Amino acid sequence: MEHEGKKVQKKEAQTPIEAERTRNQKVYAPIVDIYEKKEAVVVIADMPGVDEKSVDITLDKNVLTITGTVEPASYKGHSIVHAEYDVGDYERAFTISDEVDRDRIEASVKNGVVRLTLPKAERVKAKKIAVKTG
Amino acid sequence: MFWPEVWRFGGMTEPLGEIQRLQREMNRLFSGVFQPFSRNFPPVNVWVGEEDAIITAEIPGMDPGKMDISVVGDTLTLSGAREMEVLKEGESYHRQERSHGRFTRTMQLPFKVDADKVEARYDKGALRITLPRAEEDKPQKVAIKSA
Repeated sequence: MEHEGKKVQKKEAQTPIEAERTRNQKVYAPIVDIYEKKEAVVVIADMPGVDEKSVDITLDKNVLTITGTVEPASYKGHSIVHAEYDVGDYERAFTISDEVDRDRIEASVKNGVVRLTLPKAERVKAKKIAVKTG
Repeated sequence: MFWPEVWRFGGMTEPLGEIQRLQREMNRLFSGVFQPFSRNFPPVNVWVGEEDAIITAEIPGMDPGKMDISVVGDTLTLSGAREMEVLKEGESYHRQERSHGRFTRTMQLPFKVDADKVEARYDKGALRITLPRAEEDKPQKVAIKSA
């Protein structure tokens, strides 16, 4: 192989291309609870440090993305002597089934917890079928 | 003392001792700030300044009224409980990653705290406790008189 040993100049792009962030900050995947009710799917995400202004929820095709931006705090005249967690932005995406009624999605933020209700579309709600006799 | 492993591998005594010394050193380095935590929830960060210490913790989804912060001397205890969502009949979890239940954390600070002036703020799921150093614990400046 004549190319062997030569320094590779260009790096091949990954497919799909992974988007890099312009903000040089760590990104964490928030931990979530997801449960299903009869009429909706509920997503609860722990995102300490975000409020209704800094959280962003998008639904593109069938990918639901939750992002949140957090500004790390620093205290003047203080030095950190013990650290167990790091502050950063949040991002997590879920593929949801097409059966969600997009127009009625509800989201709220309270005490750093994001709560999303994804109502199921009318047509997929379980229909009880009566069984006739005779 | 009976140390079979160490004696058999005589050459090992040196690096082993070095590791133990390093471990002691690390323990000594941190012992002034905190004592071993029994549990690691909530995660905390400790900031120390000349006048006070600031402890921050990430505890999302708490009712501030259900959190308990107490200070005795140089020891801070933080406890509380996070309620679990009660599912009704016919509801089921797809994912359950968030933890629930009671938590208690005790931390020792490098100085005595003025318990009356401790302030705690809970905002956006993050707790910040400011612990001022007790007046009697502050270092005293000694004036040097010239003859």
